[in-house]
Amino acid sequence: MTDIIIIGAGTAGLSAAIYALRAGKSVLLMEQLTYGGQIINTPEVENYPGIKSISGFDFAQGLYEQAEALGAELKYEQVTGIDDGEVKKVKTSSGEYECKAIILATGAKNRPLGLDKETEFIGNGISYCATCDGAFFKGRVVAVNGGGNTALEDALFLSNYCKKVYLIHRRDEFRGEAKQVDKLKEKENIEFVLNATITELLGEDELSGVRVHDKLSGEDKDIELDGLFIAIGQMPENAAFAPLIELDKGGYIVAGEDCRTNVAGIFAAGDCRTKTVRQLTTAAADGAVAALAACAYAD
Amino acid sequence: MAAITLTSANFEEEVLKSDIPVLVDFWASWCGPCRMLGPMVEQVAEESDGSFKVGKVNVDDEGELAEKYGIMNIPALKVFKGGEVVKESVGMIPKDKIKALLEV
Repeated sequence: MTDIIIIGAGTAGLSAAIYALRAGKSVLLMEQLTYGGQIINTPEVENYPGIKSISGFDFAQGLYEQAEALGAELKYEQVTGIDDGEVKKVKTSSGEYECKAIILATGAKNRPLGLDKETEFIGNGISYCATCDGAFFKGRVVAVNGGGNTALEDALFLSNYCKKVYLIHRRDEFRGEAKQVDKLKEKENIEFVLNATITELLGEDELSGVRVHDKLSGEDKDIELDGLFIAIGQMPENAAFAPLIELDKGGYIVAGEDCRTNVAGIFAAGDCRTKTVRQLTTAAADGAVAALAACAYAD
Repeated sequence: MAAITLTSANFEEEVLKSDIPVLVDFWASWCGPCRMLGPMVEQVAEESDGSFKVGKVNVDDEGELAEKYGIMNIPALKVFKGGEVVKESVGMIPKDKIKALLEV
């Protein structure tokens, strides 16, 4: 039987693996897509203490290699549920695994707008990754939707390639850093569309524009676009663990800074947990806290 | 069989005129998800029983091909059969889904 099964091989999960392995425990990581988590989409990480600048891919690769060298085992399987008990069980699409303790590090994924044709338009004008896809919109007209740091960074990045960048945000204030907003204001090809909600995606086979609703004036207007970059935040994917594990209204796992869930021996680490700051550093920190608590439980 | 590096010079011969389906991975070195997907596409290529082949298009080197096939998001996978795109997918997907694309 494995000592600790970690579900999710992003920054939190891999950090937990490193701590648990160094504490002499056996570790099995379960991942449905690829190791590294969301950070692989980030071109430059410049806020991880001790590392001036590194690409998200290189950061993830380093983290994975570190865990692998310590003996981490990674299985690409989708977890469909967990059972509590003296021996805990992790059920996946292809089997069942027993362990003493579980760390949930399932992260979060891009939140969709939830509008008609959104899925259809992915690859035909809609993207969730400006740094991946921005270059294909060179000299064209695009919009970024959102008000957090990702949206601000995306708008700045795209303004270097695109003829025009609309920044559509539902409020008139940004959650993202003020320094970043100032940089955007200096750019001549960025236009702020504030207090505005996208209500419709326009176009037949590919996106041709969006309809936005101005909350102040109550008016609707259409903006012609070649591309729309959606950066309205993240959402967790923890439904498979409920009702055993308590989730909050947004679907995040209820757990404090000690990473303990409502079930003894099951811990939550990283973006999937209720918390206010979701950063690489806090994901790594959660990994350490959850791993050491899981090690103590498994003894 | 290793994945073939596709260029505008060999695309017609290797892909469009191929007797067997060809999985084409459009990617770039600066795209994190592409670099994650790449090794999985390579594995699928290595595991081919000869009923399909796999090629890779670096969109920086082969802008014309990327444009011709309307690439707006990467990583993008397209399966060509008889010179036509018969299946496609954008973004990071797990290995079993890559293989499923080849069930044509």
